[in-house]
Amino acid sequence: MSQCFLKINNLKVNVEDKEILHGLDLEIKPGETHVLMGPNGAGKSTLGHALMGNPRYEVTGGSIEFMGIDLLEENVTDRAKAGIFLSFQNPLEVPGITLSNFIRNAMEQRGGKKIRLWDYRKALKKQMALLNMDESYADRDLNVGFSGGEKKKSEILQLLMLNPKFAILDETDSGLDVDAVRTVSKGVEEFQKNGEGALLIITHSTRILESLHVDYTHVLVNGKIVESGDASLVDQINEEGFEKYLTQN
Amino acid sequence: MKEKTYVEDVNRTVYDVKDLETEDKFFKVDSGLTPEIVEQISKEKNDPEWMKEFRLKSLDIYNEMAMVPWGPEIEGLKMDDIVTYVRPKTKMTADWKDVPEDIKKTFERLGIPQAEREALAGVGAQYDSELVYHNVKEEVAAMGVVYTDLESAMHGPYEEMIRDHFMKLVPPTDHKFAALHGAVWSGGSFVYVPAGVTVEIPLQSYFRLNAPGAGQFEHTLIIVDEGADLHFIEGCSAPKYNIANLHAGCVELFVGKNARLRYSTIENWSKNMYNLNTKRAKVEEGGRMEWVSGSFGSHVSYLYPMTILQGDNSVMEYTGITFAGETQNLDTGMKVVQNGKNTSSAVNSKSISKSGGISTFRSAVVIGKNADGSKSSVSCSSLMLDRQSRSDTIPAIEVYTQNADVGHEAKIGKISDEAVFYLMSRGIPEEDAKAMIVSGFADNVSKELPLEYAVEMNNLIRLEMVGSIG
Repeated sequence: MSQCFLKINNLKVNVEDKEILHGLDLEIKPGETHVLMGPNGAGKSTLGHALMGNPRYEVTGGSIEFMGIDLLEENVTDRAKAGIFLSFQNPLEVPGITLSNFIRNAMEQRGGKKIRLWDYRKALKKQMALLNMDESYADRDLNVGFSGGEKKKSEILQLLMLNPKFAILDETDSGLDVDAVRTVSKGVEEFQKNGEGALLIITHSTRILESLHVDYTHVLVNGKIVESGDASLVDQINEEGFEKYLTQN
Repeated sequence: MKEKTYVEDVNRTVYDVKDLETEDKFFKVDSGLTPEIVEQISKEKNDPEWMKEFRLKSLDIYNEMAMVPWGPEIEGLKMDDIVTYVRPKTKMTADWKDVPEDIKKTFERLGIPQAEREALAGVGAQYDSELVYHNVKEEVAAMGVVYTDLESAMHGPYEEMIRDHFMKLVPPTDHKFAALHGAVWSGGSFVYVPAGVTVEIPLQSYFRLNAPGAGQFEHTLIIVDEGADLHFIEGCSAPKYNIANLHAGCVELFVGKNARLRYSTIENWSKNMYNLNTKRAKVEEGGRMEWVSGSFGSHVSYLYPMTILQGDNSVMEYTGITFAGETQNLDTGMKVVQNGKNTSSAVNSKSISKSGGISTFRSAVVIGKNADGSKSSVSCSSLMLDRQSRSDTIPAIEVYTQNADVGHEAKIGKISDEAVFYLMSRGIPEEDAKAMIVSGFADNVSKELPLEYAVEMNNLIRLEMVGSIG
């Protein structure tokens, strides 16, 4: 059997004893960009958190295989070290550690070795410029007092700096104005260009996708993927919405 | 996989350093307290007559007084077992190289020589009950600043000043341990900053307990005269022993008209210590008292720095953090009495409890009848790291004037699982993630500390959280 990149098989997930995902299958190959769409409450974020290992999301069945490892056996830290990244819909504010020190700390934990401050600050500065982030944010406490837009940029900055093998973007475009969506989208594009990283973009709008290359689109309704297709499915949903899937169920 | 992991038990070996003491090197009195012992101490210290009488009077009060009625149980403390007076047979010295080797090692572990090198103005480090190392930088002395041990100062030109101030703010009748302190006090610092003098660099004293069963009763007396400015730092650490240890120190701070005193301390006693410390400040017109207080370690602590804002427009600020781990019951807080007009007090307290630790924040604000236009705001937040731990807030507010603005705010929370998950999702191990969150919680205190102490405090938090210093 050939080793796959990411394979989700019949995944069932409970949140507070209520089953949200009812047996989800999904396979992603290196470098692919998948879009997961669906109405509110369909279980999109649940999938993201279950992949990352949030203890609030209890996996009751199925399997997740990532680059030959059984992901369900790994804790959150080890999943991150294995190359998984989740961009949060609501990034948390953590006082006491600056954005810059936090990212550096995370990079050192993942790489297992110290990073030269000079090189690090140079790389950080470059990515912040790409995201139109004021440099002063680097030395502010992690997400503390950041606006909604700056928090999302902070997530994408972490994405670019940590350069994971597989990133889940959970509603990264929600609550952002047009300019901020464009900036964030530019950051994601940069991640795609960087190389091998695969993406799962969770969204219920399509604004973030306009300038991004998309390989596959999936529609999630009531805890199951009801349709999969290529990028053109995005346009179709844009026009028709999710109505026809809802009536099917 | 879903099982919740708890933070490992604390590894205190870095701090619990025990030195081998040999009996012949040290002088001890018999256990238990009698007038004979007190007289012996007094003679040994070459007290002036008035001090000897003061000690004996305090002993009488001690014997008559009931145990303090507040705070956690201190049944484990057996007063008769405590050797009240242990001192190394070394003379005070102002030169590091003359300090005996074993004592030096203990200090080196605690970073004293480094701190010294890092431009601290003077070091009076107390080893057991006696000052063994003492050094005031020339430029500070040249400004007229007196920084010495209390014993020798009593025989010099400052005898009268000491007599006028010693245990006047904290009289032996205050409570049983104040009386005990009055009878057997030993060692500590005397600082006098003359009018108008600003001491640019902090003065610091570092002392620790190091003999089994030995109590420590050091006395700190600081007088900051009109318009003067001083930052004084006290830090403590003690090695661990099996039998109960007692610390009943006393700190008296006099802040003159328009003067400022910042008094910072990190207390990190070993976890068998009973830390029953009394600290009090009196502030004259336009003066400013700033407390920065970190309480780690000890088995039981009673610690409530009190400030009397006597003069009009005087100000008090208190920033404190308490960390109570396994087997610890830390009863900390503060008291302020605002007598002058337009006085103000601001209190910001944080407490952390973990592994069954209990932390209680006890505050009292008294606004007197003449304190028109005075303000007070007290804010305390507690962080509980697990279900076994406990955190309480006991506020008391008494206002005797119509025109005052008093506020109290208390928050109790637990460490956020979502925040831990967020940090872990970037590759940070769980314990580090929790330590980061706790450090962040303590951030407002560490920001108030000089850099090296802030680093030490963060290391202490890491040590408590993760079990190692990274």
